[in-house]
Amino acid sequence: MSTEPPAGAAPAVHLTAITKRFPGVVANSDVNISVRAGTVHALVGENGAGKSTLMKILYGMQQPDEGTIAVNGKPVSFGSPADAIRAGIGMVHQHFMLADNLTVLENVVLGSEPRKGVGLDFAAAHARIKEISDSYGLGVDPDRLVDDLGVGERQRVEILKVLYRGARTLILDEPTAVLVPQEVDELFGNLRDLKAEGLTILFISHKLDEVLSVADDITVMRRGTTVASVSPEDVTARKLAELMVGSALPVPELRESTVTDEAVLSVEGLTLVGADGRTVLNDISFTIHAGEVLGIAGVEGNGQAELVETLMGIRSPTSGTITLSGKDITNESTRHRREAGVGYIPEDRHRQGVLLEATLWENRILGHQTRKPNVRGPLLDRRGAKADTERIVVEYDVRTPGIDVNAAALSGGNQQKLIVGREMSGAPILLIASHPTRGVDVGAQAAIWEHIRRARADHLAVLLISADLDELIGMSDTLSVILRGRLVADHDPATVTPEQLGSAMTGAGRED
Amino acid sequence: MRNRTARSILLGVAAPVGALVFAALVCALILAVTGHSVGDVVDAMSTAAQRPRTLVNSVNSATVYYLAAVAVAIGFRMKLFNIGVDGQYRLAAMLSAALAGAAFMDSVPSVLRIAMTVVAAMLVGAAWAGLAALLKVTRGVSEVISTIMLNSIATYLVSYLLNPARLAVTTAGSNNIGTRKITEGGQVAGFEVSGSSTKVFGLVLLAVVVGFLYWFVLSRTRFGFELKATGLSESAAVASGVSVKKMVVISMLLSGAVAGLVGMPQLLGSSYTYSLDFPPGLGFVGIAVALLGRNHPIGMMVASLLWGFLDNAANSLDISGVPREIVLIMQGVIVLSVVVAYELVRRYRVRAEQQAVGSALGRTKPLEEVSA
Repeated sequence: MSTEPPAGAAPAVHLTAITKRFPGVVANSDVNISVRAGTVHALVGENGAGKSTLMKILYGMQQPDEGTIAVNGKPVSFGSPADAIRAGIGMVHQHFMLADNLTVLENVVLGSEPRKGVGLDFAAAHARIKEISDSYGLGVDPDRLVDDLGVGERQRVEILKVLYRGARTLILDEPTAVLVPQEVDELFGNLRDLKAEGLTILFISHKLDEVLSVADDITVMRRGTTVASVSPEDVTARKLAELMVGSALPVPELRESTVTDEAVLSVEGLTLVGADGRTVLNDISFTIHAGEVLGIAGVEGNGQAELVETLMGIRSPTSGTITLSGKDITNESTRHRREAGVGYIPEDRHRQGVLLEATLWENRILGHQTRKPNVRGPLLDRRGAKADTERIVVEYDVRTPGIDVNAAALSGGNQQKLIVGREMSGAPILLIASHPTRGVDVGAQAAIWEHIRRARADHLAVLLISADLDELIGMSDTLSVILRGRLVADHDPATVTPEQLGSAMTGAGRED
Repeated sequence: MRNRTARSILLGVAAPVGALVFAALVCALILAVTGHSVGDVVDAMSTAAQRPRTLVNSVNSATVYYLAAVAVAIGFRMKLFNIGVDGQYRLAAMLSAALAGAAFMDSVPSVLRIAMTVVAAMLVGAAWAGLAALLKVTRGVSEVISTIMLNSIATYLVSYLLNPARLAVTTAGSNNIGTRKITEGGQVAGFEVSGSSTKVFGLVLLAVVVGFLYWFVLSRTRFGFELKATGLSESAAVASGVSVKKMVVISMLLSGAVAGLVGMPQLLGSSYTYSLDFPPGLGFVGIAVALLGRNHPIGMMVASLLWGFLDNAANSLDISGVPREIVLIMQGVIVLSVVVAYELVRRYRVRAEQQAVGSALGRTKPLEEVSA
């Protein structure tokens, strides 16, 4: 189990001159990567750089048009993920694929159930899982219900699932996107243990500090091809980022303060009790002034989504008041709030932000279907909406061949730019932005920040919720931490560090 | 951009045509297996297609099917399944027939009388559908279940009311019973077609108007936009300030109102009374036609004509010794295969568009350009 690979052994995975074309697009061209056995190898690149396509090829989900794959020195060809798994390659997806109402054991064996005659041999599986968990220090209890597990634990279940199927090379697709700093540290601890046991890890990320702290080798992809292979000792995060984008890197920061004393949004004692009787929001009070960005930090699932939906009128608070520019809007409908000048960038753009199977100009109307330039009385103003969509496409640099394509055809970053452009139209007085730059490439991120900065200078009040602590610290005038539905601490973004914020988010700061 | 439009029309047509061809092949196979001649069926069908009377009947059937399809489609557009069009039109036709046939109506001017009949039918249909909407928004009852149950309730309500003690009279010379016959002032004249003993329903124009309004409201008004948005993503619609409950109620009422119209062409153009032999099951045909026509105003028109023709050609099959049930098989296979075909085309279209966008933007370039 713990055989250290001898030095000079064949690379665990060797990709040579991989090229993959889709009709009209070359997703990968001449990609070369050599992953040494028993190392953590990071693959970095912007969205759309071709990382996912490459991983799908390595995991057998797609077949390359040219090039070869060799695993442990032997050339292989994968027709399906089953082939890849047989060759010892496993993949942990960014979005967990676990059934909440099953136990860890059931989730792990799902699809490769241990048989004994016609029945299932759960006892053997139980022992196997325990053994894997202990030998790699994953600390997973096979009998717990997945529903009861936290995000970090779920991820370890995913890793265990892959190990259970005999993987010796693990592909982790943006594993830290959903974790807080402390959980990231734990994950990295696990990765080092796995590495010590001789496993090979291919780690996809665009969080460069993390890559530098955990990887033994780094390969940078840009525009479908590998542009550099570097060792973490030789580069800085900034240098890596520049390799990724091919140019200088933006920083989230505000210039001089534009905070005024004109209260735009005042929330007083906001409490929300969920359908199950659980208090999701507990006595929340804050005020955002014109020209101010209030950042809210917190581990996902501590009430941020509910707070935003209550502010938008999608949920009704159990008690408390919401005041917008001096007017009580606690009982106003979502439509009235939007008409009163509230812009909304939702955290899940596919769920709340866009209609995937509608054109860009129809998406321009969404949420603004009662306002100019989209309507004239009860009728749609198609020409007005189309003209304004053209404006957004230009001003917000939405990369699209036209406004008549469906939103589903755009990359996530471009969908997000369209949403930001739409929500900034019509001179909003308050912007509620949940993870405004999530899943967006560096260039688009800088552009979105710049739009928020500019609107802030124009007296826009912003509620910013983000999992990216650098973004929160850099873009906020005021910072609050939300924990279990309460605002537990205020921090000065000028002095706080991501580590301090991380502690406050998990509640560790308060127990110290 | 023009190429894209051409391709999207082509793709839109590909699925139903593919399904038709597939259904024809399945039917040919069944005929061959059961020892019937495929040639006979083709002959009988093409003879039927040349008979003016069959064509007129096909158009008349299509008129009714089209109205039923639009009623269903209004709900479909926001993922609301009004299975109750059947009960809605029967109850609406019966009550409006009773109103139109009532003695006091004989003195009402013709246009007003017809308008009153039609409006009454729409109100009854809307009210019956409204029950399902009310149950859905207040108690969370699935409209699929409630409309199916309301169909049964409508059946019993109609048979209760269609009784000589209440709204019916016995038809002279038969043991059929129906509402009092609508006198000439309440009837809608049909269009004569040479060579055919039956006339084309005058209310075929009503179907055209309904089709136009359906298109206009859905694609040109704010309400239509909100309906479409709710259908595509309820969560996005809610976040955009659309009140989904309100949309459920309004679209269900509209759907019911159009359902109320389904019985009108037959009632005012041919039967003049709602009797025991008033055509049943039109609501279910509407579901099939809406599926086949992809909820599209023109698509449903083509689909309803096809359905109408198949139904009426079935009569000719009997004469040539082929069981007419082959038409039912064909219709069933068409519906099943068209659902599959549409989903395949939808997936292909999404992928094709993503690739088209990718290539238009040149998001990823060959190596030489990158390293340059």
